[in-house]
Amino acid sequence: MGKEPVAVVGIGQTKHVAARRDVSIAGLVREAAQAALKDAELTWADVDAVVIGKAPDFFEGVMMPELYLADALGAVGKPMLRVHTAGSVGGSTALVASNLVAGRVHGTVLTLAFEKQSESNAMWGLSLPIPFQQPLLAGAGGFFAPHVRAYMRRTGAPDTVGSLVAYKDRRNALKNPFAHLHEHDITLEKVQASPMLWDPIRYSETCPSSDGACAMILTDRTGAARSPRPPAWMHGGAMRSEPTLHAGKDFVSPQAGKDCAADVYRQAGVTDPRREIDAVEMYVPFSWYEPMWLENLGFAEEGEGWKLTESGVTELDGDLPVNMSGGVLSTNPIGASGMIRFAEAALQVRGQAGEHQIDGARRALGHAYGGGSQFFSMWLVGAEPPTT
Amino acid sequence: MRPVRDIAIVAFGQTDHLRSTDELSEVEMLMPVLHEVLAATGLKTSDIGFTCSGSSDYLAGRAFSFTMALDGVGAWPPISESHVEMDGAWALYEAWTKLLTGEADTALVYSYGKSSPGSVRDVLTRQLDPYYVAPLWPDSVALAALQAQALIDAGDTDEPALAGVAARSRESAAANSHAQLSGSVPQGDYLVRPLRTGDCPPIGDGAAAVILAAGDRARELCERPAWIRGIDHRIEAHSLGVRDLTDSPSSRLAAERAGAFERPVDTAELHAPFTSQEVVLRKALKLGDDVAVNPSGGALAANPMMAAGLIRLGEAAARIHRGESDRAIAHATSGPCLQQNLVAVLEGEPS
Repeated sequence: MGKEPVAVVGIGQTKHVAARRDVSIAGLVREAAQAALKDAELTWADVDAVVIGKAPDFFEGVMMPELYLADALGAVGKPMLRVHTAGSVGGSTALVASNLVAGRVHGTVLTLAFEKQSESNAMWGLSLPIPFQQPLLAGAGGFFAPHVRAYMRRTGAPDTVGSLVAYKDRRNALKNPFAHLHEHDITLEKVQASPMLWDPIRYSETCPSSDGACAMILTDRTGAARSPRPPAWMHGGAMRSEPTLHAGKDFVSPQAGKDCAADVYRQAGVTDPRREIDAVEMYVPFSWYEPMWLENLGFAEEGEGWKLTESGVTELDGDLPVNMSGGVLSTNPIGASGMIRFAEAALQVRGQAGEHQIDGARRALGHAYGGGSQFFSMWLVGAEPPTT
Repeated sequence: MRPVRDIAIVAFGQTDHLRSTDELSEVEMLMPVLHEVLAATGLKTSDIGFTCSGSSDYLAGRAFSFTMALDGVGAWPPISESHVEMDGAWALYEAWTKLLTGEADTALVYSYGKSSPGSVRDVLTRQLDPYYVAPLWPDSVALAALQAQALIDAGDTDEPALAGVAARSRESAAANSHAQLSGSVPQGDYLVRPLRTGDCPPIGDGAAAVILAAGDRARELCERPAWIRGIDHRIEAHSLGVRDLTDSPSSRLAAERAGAFERPVDTAELHAPFTSQEVVLRKALKLGDDVAVNPSGGALAANPMMAAGLIRLGEAAARIHRGESDRAIAHATSGPCLQQNLVAVLEGEPS
């Protein structure tokens, strides 16, 4: 007996902002979950299990918050799982939920990821001293900047490419009502004139800190048949991990990312991702990661990713749009960021993405990564049910 | 619900659980256990289809604490891997669902926790409602004492009976070389009335690992696999004020969904860190006096946070491996006063 096909029939997000002072953590997650239920035209009683994810507990200062959130998410009397795989967690959480449906454990599952960064201080959360280990003391940007520099050196990419990505994503965000940053007066010159934070990464080429949550309702074939709106069907999903630090690691294009994408394409029967995938929601917290991941995910030959970006292929009206929603560069509730990528990919193939909809999007990739480019999770969703 | 695939626990390993392991990092504590289960099955890291772990950043005192443990696994070439910020029993559940999809035939599950670097009673207050309850710092022993008093008030138990649970557990643990407390341990003074130190678990550090395999793969790897006939988990409301602390409806429901009540069991490994919680669980899980409860000594003999639940699954499976049990249930808990509970039914094939 093969796997049960998995369909996304409900998607909900909060408006992402720097600080949601009007709601508690429970209020924030409930808002996204209710929006997803409303989209699916289901009630709490239709949900068999809840799978919740977020990045480190220190980001809010609550240990294992799923315990406290059980009531707010209608999970009382139900199974509730809590996933944590660093920055990739939003994607991993959706994949764990999908396994419950694919393995025929449950028919309908609510999956949700959140971060309410205003409750605490993420930089503090990431800066606690680690016994037996050399502290990096550099923040995420400081960790990733040398790898961006290595990419530029390796490929000969001109130093203007990063700002093009940021300019594109921030303009795309203007079309997404849920995006955190709505910079109506954005220009390429403004991005390029913004302060240098970690050379070559400028202030406007980095993600914001957001409060926000994202939820999805995943269901089986029977559930999909009852869906009031077109479902997005899962055609492939995978996670891959590799060590943070080891001599063989390629920080510019990690093997785990390549393997993860290859597994997803194999499951989905995709042999030429550049031609067969219509839209990509990619985890780009620093602008240079767009060309880097274009190569890592097999959309461009090695050394060629920046050329796709520079030629406008990844623009909203290009033939491989990337981060139609504005991406992580415009909205970053860390633990939810991966699930937002997955959900936005699903919105595209459902034709429900509003002003940032890509006409005729039939297959879309959602991508997330975390740790020191260590953890990867991805899924490929389509407008049609999988054939195998 | 009958699972769509037959999946079994084929190997189990655990550390000696100790009050303090200052000289070891978490990775150093974990690695011998990983090697133990791999050696028991002859598998290498690269043979494993899926890996899943459980741990808590709050015990480690820092964010992303599980990333270094992954380095210890030897995740190169890259592996299919995930992590739950929960007891390892739930990591096993995630691995079980992964195997059910058919995407993998074997899984490595591990979990670990060091309680010694901080005050675990204080740390656990941070898992309470952050706005209304956590600021009052009610600690885990005080909350368990509320539950114990509720049981006594309801006439479900009394202090001598609780002392009996403690004595029996630690006597059983005398045969468990990994246990932290075993033999004749004095019941001690009141810690928080009505609980004495003997009613409470030792605070300690430890790790555990399990290997799961599906179908014929399990038979190749283990002489007598412990088949998971069912596994389910349920959560209850967080607020103690809306719960009947003398009962565990989530345990009962999980057991029912796992098929525990379909036929009698001979063994039960219960994750009951407090003596009073064994009273609650025996009732919810309908365990008669003929069932061997916690022959390992249970959490009263060793309670490494985040691993103690996985150890219950491992201990129950190991009894099946050894031919000492034919049908066992294993239970894990999370949250204050048994808020969240997992129940698995394990069986050996008739020999």
